[in-house]
Amino acid sequence: MADPAMTYSLVDYADVQGLVRFGYGRMTSASYALVCVKDVAAAKAWLQAAPVTNAVEKRPPPSTALQIAFTAPGMKRLGLPPAVIDGFSREFRKGMTTDYRSRLLGDVDYNAPEGWHWGGPGREPHLLVMFFGEPEYFDSFVQSTKGNTWSDAFEHEVWLGTSNLDGDEPFGFADGISQPEIDWDEQRQTPCKQLDYTNIVALGEFLLGYRNEYGKITDRPLLDPDATNAELLPAVDTPEKKDLGRNGTYLVMRQLEQDVRRLWNFLYEQADGNLAEAAQLGAKMVGRTRAGDPLVPIQTEPITGTDPRTLKQNQFTYEADPAGTRCPFGAHIRRTNPRNSDFPERHPSALRRLIIILGFGRKGFYDDLTSSVRFHRILRRGREYGSELLPEEAVQSAQSNKSTRGLHFICLNANIARQFEFLQSAWIANTKFSGTTGESDPLLGNRKPITGCPVTGNFTIPGDGTLRRRVSDLPQFVTVRGGAYFFLPSLRALRYFAGAS
Amino acid sequence: MILAPVVPSRLAELSSLLRSMNEAPGAVDPNNPLVPFAQFDTLHFARFVILDDQTVGDLRIYGFPVRHHPLYLAFLADIDGEEEVFLNELVRRAPDGLRAIFSCCHGFASDTDLMSWIKLLRCPASAAYVNTRGRTVRRIREEAALQDAIESHLASQASSFESLPPRKIHALLKRFVEAEKSAGRLTLSGEEPTPVGWQIRKILHLLGMPLLLLLISPLLILIAPFYLFQLRRLEKTDPEPYIVDADDHFNALAESEDHDVTNPYSALGTLKPGLLRLMTLRGVLLVIDYATRHIIQAGRLGRVRTIHSARWVLIGGTERLGFFSNYDGGNEAYMDDFINKLGFGLNIFTSNGIGYPRTDWLLLGGSADERRFKEFQRRHTVLTQVWYKAYPGLTAVDLERNTRIRRGLEFSSIGEEEAREWLTLL
Repeated sequence: MADPAMTYSLVDYADVQGLVRFGYGRMTSASYALVCVKDVAAAKAWLQAAPVTNAVEKRPPPSTALQIAFTAPGMKRLGLPPAVIDGFSREFRKGMTTDYRSRLLGDVDYNAPEGWHWGGPGREPHLLVMFFGEPEYFDSFVQSTKGNTWSDAFEHEVWLGTSNLDGDEPFGFADGISQPEIDWDEQRQTPCKQLDYTNIVALGEFLLGYRNEYGKITDRPLLDPDATNAELLPAVDTPEKKDLGRNGTYLVMRQLEQDVRRLWNFLYEQADGNLAEAAQLGAKMVGRTRAGDPLVPIQTEPITGTDPRTLKQNQFTYEADPAGTRCPFGAHIRRTNPRNSDFPERHPSALRRLIIILGFGRKGFYDDLTSSVRFHRILRRGREYGSELLPEEAVQSAQSNKSTRGLHFICLNANIARQFEFLQSAWIANTKFSGTTGESDPLLGNRKPITGCPVTGNFTIPGDGTLRRRVSDLPQFVTVRGGAYFFLPSLRALRYFAGAS
Repeated sequence: MILAPVVPSRLAELSSLLRSMNEAPGAVDPNNPLVPFAQFDTLHFARFVILDDQTVGDLRIYGFPVRHHPLYLAFLADIDGEEEVFLNELVRRAPDGLRAIFSCCHGFASDTDLMSWIKLLRCPASAAYVNTRGRTVRRIREEAALQDAIESHLASQASSFESLPPRKIHALLKRFVEAEKSAGRLTLSGEEPTPVGWQIRKILHLLGMPLLLLLISPLLILIAPFYLFQLRRLEKTDPEPYIVDADDHFNALAESEDHDVTNPYSALGTLKPGLLRLMTLRGVLLVIDYATRHIIQAGRLGRVRTIHSARWVLIGGTERLGFFSNYDGGNEAYMDDFINKLGFGLNIFTSNGIGYPRTDWLLLGGSADERRFKEFQRRHTVLTQVWYKAYPGLTAVDLERNTRIRRGLEFSSIGEEEAREWLTLL
């Protein structure tokens, strides 16, 4: 007899947009439409009819998918009451482009929102409509989904195309290897202290209305029941209220233009014209080789929640590399996922724990400098754009045309401030990460001087009993070209938006 | 800290005076004519903050009428040496600016003697934390210059150091630094000895407190059961309102932050009513004071290494507590550290404030309720109008690195293991 626990599913997948559960990897064609509402009634009618894909696993898998997300101005335009919008998080409501947020995220100078192609101040889109499909079905899917009413409903369209680089990102490194494993059925007891790095993350970190890594439910709009919201699910912690956030999440989108020529020419110069050495330096900056292999060895001890298919590239932590001699502290993947736990030592005795908590633990300079990662995970769902430019070509040919390439970065998280923004500000843009100084993320940093520190363009490769190698004057390789915070609603919430009066 | 009650009708004038000290919101002009902070060689941090507490009304939650508190202007300075010496210098260098500022406060007239007035309004901290005692502004600057010099030297000669063993690199750099010192390009003063008077006071305090505790311990044991019973009752029944910080307040704070790698934190709140909470807080502040003086390791407040300094001050009586600190990184990261590394230390004093998330046995829970806690702390934060830091761009961890670099150069020879570790600092 089947174990009921095995078949029971906590989450109603039919209510969740599929992007939370799937990356739609088989659907190699994708386009993102950023639109403003032209006619509210027509937009609502279109939304009501839109065949939004849910997260139920289907056999055979679908060949197309449609996902829809909303900005705060978009909700307002659709007529959502201000009191309802106020229930969403501050970051979402204020948007990505306020002055202090730009400072926090490193969106200054060349990255400043004033120069963005889309999403700049006063130019926030209302909706993000995401089309995915297998190439042969894609165009007709987009046409049929838009239907006859699309142009009546929407205006100021910005269409962002994507390209399929076979799993690489434009710089030529394998991408999307590591993703958190969502604890869909809340099987894992959220620990008070997590003593091992785990790849399993609480459902509430990626879906509103469920317990997060603190064992609490993140704030979201709770509504008094009335005729307009009868279909919404009740809040699990306040059953008398309707939970507009439940089964929805926040979607962060940023267009990151990557200057592939500049990166590879820089590496090539640093390596005195040796492409293999240039690739090695690149690997130090990324923290993985171009093929995606980590610079620290794979461990034999399993890490819970690691996808069995990616063990050879994901079953590792930096515990055996405390000085960063294999993978530099500043390497992109070490900054963005330090793979640590809540404690600087594994399985300390109760007494040892107390000693550490009170500050009498190890005294090494680099010990215990990085926040516990489990509160700062994101689910990445981005796609590349632009044509492929291989490193070999990038260093050989002069820039022939103005073609641009990069990443439409997309991530999902339930708390933008604690997840995406923390990651971007405290880890990626921070010039003081983990005991380093004078350097931000080697790929994403904006190299802008900060008060008192004229130099932020270094990259340090710690030596093993030798002097570190410090690469200096890194140019800016990535420029932010657009961005916005969206809410990716549940299907029930989507229908509520479509009917909101 | 100086605490001066503002004349309400002069508030706008005072605010604009304070604003005039900044180049931009959150960024002080260190040479501003009112108080030219940069001229003070012993000043680490300074701030002027109007303690505009938007949470005084929270007493209503308990059914108590709202107390009227004067609106205070607070001036805080983290300094080296004796307070008396600093205050004298302050009055000497900035008499007109201080007069202009304090003339907006009650009881200050054109013929008031500045120094006696300041002394009258002094408000001592109940407890204070300093990242590394004895590390003076002068040393911080000398050590930063040392790090800079080594960095440039290595940048210009990197290839000649490439394949050398750690001890050889150490010896070469030591020779370089000695030469720089001889040429007058670097100064590294020794660590100044702790004044004898200070040391005696410290020893007396170190021994006195446990002795006092021992003396009153029979009494403590007697009341402990009643205390704990009552504490648990309150912890379970105290109202726990969840009030979200207003957007305007939140945004004003955010606009003033993250202009340097370090930020000021100024917060205050009202104590829960009743003797038990007041006594608890008093006791806890004594413990914190004792721990920061005698127990805590340099550079580490528990596991947290991003706090330059912090102080706990009872504001105008015993009903409100202020907490002021200088911390590295953004507010979200600061709170993250508090929740995940130092929750117990935060709960033990803040849980006596109205509206704090529920604690268990004073230490547990509380800040672990992340969302409630973050809104609570943001609501209780007041905008710091003017904030000065003597060494922009340097974090507490930077200061520790530079100190370790200097100390490593003080040995004439160094072991293989030490040399390897020292080398990782460069």
